[in-house]
Amino acid sequence: MALPRDDLPPDHVLVARLRDRDEAAFTLLLDAWSGGMLRLARSFVSTSDSAAEVVQDAWLGVIEGIEGFEGRSSLKTWVYRILVNTAKRRGAREGRSVPWSSLVPGADDGPTVDPGRFQGPGEPYPGHWREFPAAWPSPEQETLAAEVRALVAAALAQLPDRQRIVIALRDVEGYSGDEVCSILDISPANQRVLLHRARAFVRCRLEGYYSAAPRGGDGEAAS
Amino acid sequence: MNDLDCDEFVELVTAFRDGALDADAERRFVEHLAVCEGCTRYLEQFGQTIRTVGRLPADSLPDEVRLGLLAAFHDRPA
Repeated sequence: MALPRDDLPPDHVLVARLRDRDEAAFTLLLDAWSGGMLRLARSFVSTSDSAAEVVQDAWLGVIEGIEGFEGRSSLKTWVYRILVNTAKRRGAREGRSVPWSSLVPGADDGPTVDPGRFQGPGEPYPGHWREFPAAWPSPEQETLAAEVRALVAAALAQLPDRQRIVIALRDVEGYSGDEVCSILDISPANQRVLLHRARAFVRCRLEGYYSAAPRGGDGEAAS
Repeated sequence: MNDLDCDEFVELVTAFRDGALDADAERRFVEHLAVCEGCTRYLEQFGQTIRTVGRLPADSLPDEVRLGLLAAFHDRPA
């Protein structure tokens, strides 16, 4: 994964320091992880305020439970699992429970790319691109243009809850597929379906943006 | 062209990136990639999408919640 992971001491050091009541260590974790936790919590509950409360309750659970942490997963995965359980309970109280047991027909199946992009049965190459995806501007800036950031944030907000939660964990937080399955208690196959659909949706939004506002791409027409 | 069509290829990208395709499916995926410029571009854009999502800035916890948690850590029972 190309994402920068947190620049934090290794788990066994952190856990020992938390158990020693080291406030600097707790502050470090709180500031490193709360932003991602907040974003994730937001997918389970109705308002930003209740998301902040979920994150607060999760941290209280961490403070209370740190003596019992057994190191069977990474510390961060353990913290996120507490977060997800807290968020699920809160979401259920708000009547927003997310069904995790199975995929949802309509939201989680069907092609992820508009079938009209591919040639039909009567054409020379059925199933092949009618026209290649247009090139995107290649230089990726260090910081995202505000416009692109807003576009991606809006695209994530439009996703069905489970897809948004999975893409937030995988691509925003940088968890591995195995870790996501363990945090959410879902199967690897379902995790992958949800992730793929979410990514394809966001790609499609970016494509719409880049093709409406071409800026210095190579401008080559695909054929 | 090989036996994988573009409309099938696009559904396999996440599985490919995760190394979750079986050997035969992976071979067909890579062979298709070698001959198809459209799918090469799709795969690149998929990667660019993932990197873009990964650069979203994080939200931050309201100050009073953060301070409350620092106090809770400080005051936790032994």
